[in-house]
Amino acid sequence: MSVRRIDQDHTRFRQIVRGKIKENLRRFVASGELIGKQGQKYVAIPLPQIVLPRFRFGDNKKNGVGQGAGEDGQPVPGQGDGQGQAGEDQGQHVLEVEVSLEELAKILGEELELPNIEPRGKKNVRAIAGRFTGIARAGPRSLRHFKRTFKEALKRQIASGTYDPQRPMIIPVRDDLRFRAVHTREVPQASAAIVYMMDVSGSMGREQKEIVRIEAFWIDTWLRHQYKNLEVNYIVHDAVAHQVDQHTFFHLRESGGTKISSAYELALQLIRDKYPSAEWNVYPFHFSDGDNWSSRDTERCVELLKNALLPQVNQFCYGQVKSAYGSGQFKKDLDQAFRADEKVVTTDIPDRDGILASIKAFLGKGR
Amino acid sequence: MGNLTPELAAIRDETRDLAKSYGLDFYEVIFELVDHDELNMVASYGGFPTRYPHWRFGMEYEQLTKSYAYGLSKIYELVINNDPCYAYLMRSNAITEQKLVMAHVYGHCDFFKNNAWFGQTSRKMMDVLANHGSRIRRYMDRHGVDNVENFIDVVHSLDNLIDPYSPFIVRDDPPEPEEQPARPEVKKMAAKDYMDRYINPPEFLARERKRMDAAAHRARQFPPKPMRDVLKFLLEHAPLELWEQDVLAMLREEAYYFAPQGMTKIMNEGWAVYWHSQLMTRHLCDASEIVNYCDAHSGTLATRPGQINPYKIGVELFRDIEDRWNKGRFGAEYQACDDPELRRRWLRPTDQGRDKVFEVRRIYNDVTFIDEFVTPEFAADQRLYVYGVNPSTGQLEIADHDWRKVKEQLLTALTNFGNPIIRVVDANHKNRGELYLVHDWSGAELQLEHAQMTLHNLHQLWKRPVHLETQESGKGRLLSFDGEQATSKEITPGLGGNLAVGSDKKDPG
Repeated sequence: MSVRRIDQDHTRFRQIVRGKIKENLRRFVASGELIGKQGQKYVAIPLPQIVLPRFRFGDNKKNGVGQGAGEDGQPVPGQGDGQGQAGEDQGQHVLEVEVSLEELAKILGEELELPNIEPRGKKNVRAIAGRFTGIARAGPRSLRHFKRTFKEALKRQIASGTYDPQRPMIIPVRDDLRFRAVHTREVPQASAAIVYMMDVSGSMGREQKEIVRIEAFWIDTWLRHQYKNLEVNYIVHDAVAHQVDQHTFFHLRESGGTKISSAYELALQLIRDKYPSAEWNVYPFHFSDGDNWSSRDTERCVELLKNALLPQVNQFCYGQVKSAYGSGQFKKDLDQAFRADEKVVTTDIPDRDGILASIKAFLGKGR
Repeated sequence: MGNLTPELAAIRDETRDLAKSYGLDFYEVIFELVDHDELNMVASYGGFPTRYPHWRFGMEYEQLTKSYAYGLSKIYELVINNDPCYAYLMRSNAITEQKLVMAHVYGHCDFFKNNAWFGQTSRKMMDVLANHGSRIRRYMDRHGVDNVENFIDVVHSLDNLIDPYSPFIVRDDPPEPEEQPARPEVKKMAAKDYMDRYINPPEFLARERKRMDAAAHRARQFPPKPMRDVLKFLLEHAPLELWEQDVLAMLREEAYYFAPQGMTKIMNEGWAVYWHSQLMTRHLCDASEIVNYCDAHSGTLATRPGQINPYKIGVELFRDIEDRWNKGRFGAEYQACDDPELRRRWLRPTDQGRDKVFEVRRIYNDVTFIDEFVTPEFAADQRLYVYGVNPSTGQLEIADHDWRKVKEQLLTALTNFGNPIIRVVDANHKNRGELYLVHDWSGAELQLEHAQMTLHNLHQLWKRPVHLETQESGKGRLLSFDGEQATSKEITPGLGGNLAVGSDKKDPG
């Protein structure tokens, strides 16, 4: 069959998105999205788009018309998109479907072309799993295998000549009974732990936290897809570090100085106590705007990473969220110290559009 | 033609005859039975089986395919304005859905044929687009895929700069005579010498002189009047290669073909829903199908918070018009009545409803449709509201239920399809052949970053410096690109282009 024209157009589009051809268009690639629903929340599924520049109205045109219940002054649920695009004449029917986390992870994996993770420690950790795939001669009645029992009875009756095709009556006796039985086998099981660390010093604003939240959601989703057994821990720090729960992690706003080593020390302690590297795949993620208290403390961080933390973990990820006040020095320091070390991945996240690229960098190595 | 199963063909015949019996009038409709992948492909091409090669269609295809595969959305109906009309049915749809889609499609086809705004569109667009495809393919063979595609990218970034009303009006004045008329003298009133100073005072003469010079300057101005069809202006005056000119002309023609669909989205969908619900509930559905029908129908009309569903608002408005004209709720007396109770009970049966909706579908477009027929009662019944950002919380909030504000907001969004109106004002700016565009200020700011990059593209066609005058934070702003450097500076609006839009009013007089 000849190649369809749409496939040629599609291939060309994919090549532009991957940056293979037409470098000049590369900067117009935006992360478009499909909207799905996960529980009560709407989630956006990433989908690259090329948005050509046009004369168009800017963000200040947020007003719109809506329809439905609600009094003046009530918040508009969901994000209003105004009247939507008037355009081609096709009725597209948006179905509000539930997307499971499993599916979301698959979609993310497909979109970002993430490799599956090769778990560490799978030799050490084994679990016993049982499935009813076997057959036994004894067992509880509730597990009786009717078809097998019937067959056995039929075989016996034909062999013994008591079977009459004119009056096909099969009566099983005790010996004919067959039961479903558990077949046990050992399966490797991998467990993983995530340690999120976030800088909550004064310079990390609401938008920066939102970026961290979105990124953490997707990383969680992906790692959950890869590991059955995932434990998540949250650490916040300014000049001192604390372990907190998820809600606090995303909503806390402290102010004050920043001592990153405090977080690394706490993480190290946590990993030593709870997640020995022989049995766990450990993924520390650290998000900050790149300001540290002093270069002395940065040296201490590098030392901690090099000597203590890195040997215990699969990969150490540092995401630097751009803020109005952050200097961004910390990423430079890390890059310098660990240029040769594949275990350390650092990314810049300038804005929301940078989230996907950052996730791809973190998870794209399959470690 | 078409490849319908005998069962579907029978349903088609029944639906067509029913639609005709209600007075719908359409070109022949050819239904094609396709699977979802073919449907996505055709939809990516805007409903046509073939277009010119471009990654944009591939992007569209990827989006449709992905959202179909993930179960997020699917295309319900797809029909194109052509003679004959082509419409597509998804093979996997249940029979009830097929009926609904057919009834819906006949509504669209009637609208295409009869709505005045479609009057100037080509009815052989299937052939035209196929020809465009092969011509552009030929240019790609001759001049290289990248060259042609880059040029198309540039045109795409400008293709909202058209004048959707121009097919209906002659905009261009007849060409001016070539030779420059001599500078005419100011006419004086007849007066005796000693009275001359009083009857023709020198200040008056000077003022007259200035006015006439300004008029003469305007006449020499190029283009003589600000021109909204920027694509046409470029086509006629930009220094383009022949193939570039041809490609630009083709893409402009396509933009004009698709424009009426944007201008009548609400009406067109409303009309189609009006007819599918009429035909389905009165004739086509049997008792076993009614629940499935309702499910599909309500899905089509579902509203999401903070959004307007054109299907919903369109059909409700058509029904409201029919109801009002059935009950005599129109005319000067009804308009003047401001007693809500009296209006609510108004009943002077005239039974002109059906005739009225047919008339409306013939001569209105979305802007006039909303402007004329959204009434206080309608806005309240439909629970329409305006929302906006509350400055103190930064949240989107319902701002107002007042019907005037709702209408105003709707009209603002619909005007020029929600695109800014931009005109060529001066093509010889500073007497150096620079192109000067002015954004018709309507209160909303442009996305300046995009505007700057668009100027970049415009420069690729014009090849001399280009300027765009707009506003930002209440001040005039001039964006420029001279081929190397992009600049942005504050200006006093209306000065740079010598004479801005509507300058007649500003004339000293």
